[in-house]
Amino acid sequence: MTNVDALLQQDIPLVRRLLVSAIRTELGRFGFTRGVLGLSGGVDSSLAAFLAAEALGPENVRAVLMPYRTSAPESAADAMEVIRILGLNHVTVDITGMVEPLFAQFPDMGQRRRGNVMARARMIVLYDQSEEWGGLVIGTSNKTELLLGYGTLFGDMASAVNPLGDLYKTQVRQLARAVGVPERIIAKPPSADLWPGQTDEGEMGLTYAEVDKVLYLLVDERRTPAEVVGMGFSEGFVRQVWRMVQRNQYKRCPPVIAKVSGRTLDWEFRMPRDWGT
Amino acid sequence: MDRKFTVGLAQMFPRLGDVQANLERHLQLAREAQGLGVDLLIFPELSLTGYTLRELVPHVAIRPSDAHPMWKPLLEASADMALVVGFVEEDARHRFFASSAFLDGGRVVHIHRKVYLPTYGLFEEGRYLSPGDGFRAFDTRFGRCGMAICEDSWHISTPYLLWMDGADYLIFCSASPVYGVGMDQEGATANAATVTLFTKTYATLLTSFAFHANRVGVEEGISFWGGSLAVSPRGHVLGHAPYFEEALLPVEVDPGLLRAARQRLPLLRDEKPLLTLHELSRILSEEHPHDER
Repeated sequence: MTNVDALLQQDIPLVRRLLVSAIRTELGRFGFTRGVLGLSGGVDSSLAAFLAAEALGPENVRAVLMPYRTSAPESAADAMEVIRILGLNHVTVDITGMVEPLFAQFPDMGQRRRGNVMARARMIVLYDQSEEWGGLVIGTSNKTELLLGYGTLFGDMASAVNPLGDLYKTQVRQLARAVGVPERIIAKPPSADLWPGQTDEGEMGLTYAEVDKVLYLLVDERRTPAEVVGMGFSEGFVRQVWRMVQRNQYKRCPPVIAKVSGRTLDWEFRMPRDWGT
Repeated sequence: MDRKFTVGLAQMFPRLGDVQANLERHLQLAREAQGLGVDLLIFPELSLTGYTLRELVPHVAIRPSDAHPMWKPLLEASADMALVVGFVEEDARHRFFASSAFLDGGRVVHIHRKVYLPTYGLFEEGRYLSPGDGFRAFDTRFGRCGMAICEDSWHISTPYLLWMDGADYLIFCSASPVYGVGMDQEGATANAATVTLFTKTYATLLTSFAFHANRVGVEEGISFWGGSLAVSPRGHVLGHAPYFEEALLPVEVDPGLLRAARQRLPLLRDEKPLLTLHELSRILSEEHPHDER
């Protein structure tokens, strides 16, 4: 079998430099020196906080804790540990009072629906804090989540700059270790913490260690599913992963615009995002 | 062939990236066309794959050989009826082309690889596809044909070259999108009016039959206008499919019209291709005062 673990290894100092520089430059070109991010106590948002603090200075980064009444207390404790290490500005906004009135209107609302509502409530808080703090929202979605569609559209996927979007979960862990994220945070099972006992791997029915290898081969190495199966991965697993990537493409695109004119946004009107900056 | 035959224009809505589903639709339309007495069924550009493929190109590409599971059923279907199908062709060195194949009698008669890949405005073909390197007319049991794909036909040299190579039947396959909808055009959209105009113009000035098969449907928010068209060597419209809707349009073709048209308007007789070649050679070898640097 191809040694995919070796391929997923990164030049850590270079990646760190590129991400820090991108955060600083992209925020700066829009006239911002401050950033705001939702800090859950997980490895992704912790790494994003470390990188943002390095790029902007810890005094310019506001970490927002947004617990719900069932959120695990350890999550907040881990987030506070990151805040303490880095010396970040921080605020806690409990979303329970925002979301429960909606839950009350739909008593049969299932876990997935409630999870999406919570993710979108956090987005509202984060963008409100963005306005209040005068800083742009720094995203925390990694490449694995984005490819598999394991995120809430207009919820946790919403941000102005996402430094982690091109790193697989495995690579997030490598970089987190290198920049000094506490080992406890790196080692705990990844969870969106939308309901007690939820874990990413349990909910998706796969492990990041395996899925990152398959994604790397399919996406970065441009191998076909059949070729990846030929490298020793189970056919059912490879097909499941590729289907998830396919089914969630819409989450990675702006909404469909029904074309009428001769200069439609994103078709003929293709100005750079950093237009004029 | 001097006896009349029937051309069918298959104005379909392909499913993006789903070759299997599109193959089944092709076979179904071929059966329907058979019921209508069609002898030659023409599908639009990329009819087996859909148009806005982007990086799906390598995923849907076909090596046109008997061994390919998508190709074999098409060859079998061409045993009784000639078919023109659009697909992404992969060559032995893994280049990808937007191609149309003329199949008849269970074999490939000719494959045309799109030469002009539009890469401007909403088009991004040059990013994903390789350009073909020629236009060749080819003999069929109906007569000598020439094929061009969408943007190819906007270049005026394309039908001229096919004509000079002996084509009496011009086959244009398109995935022509709607853009620039205003109040100032005839037909469905501005480019629909233009395509209809030049298809009639080519047929008239080349005193040849012209068939244009265009697709319909919506992909990535982009609509395709249809309006498939068949024109006689005198420029008369033999059949015009509706705009925006799927259609299977049979058109009766009388080859005798070629003879009559070329007596009436002997442009082929009087054409001076050597003069054209001579002048082109001169033009291309000269320094151009209007080529300011």
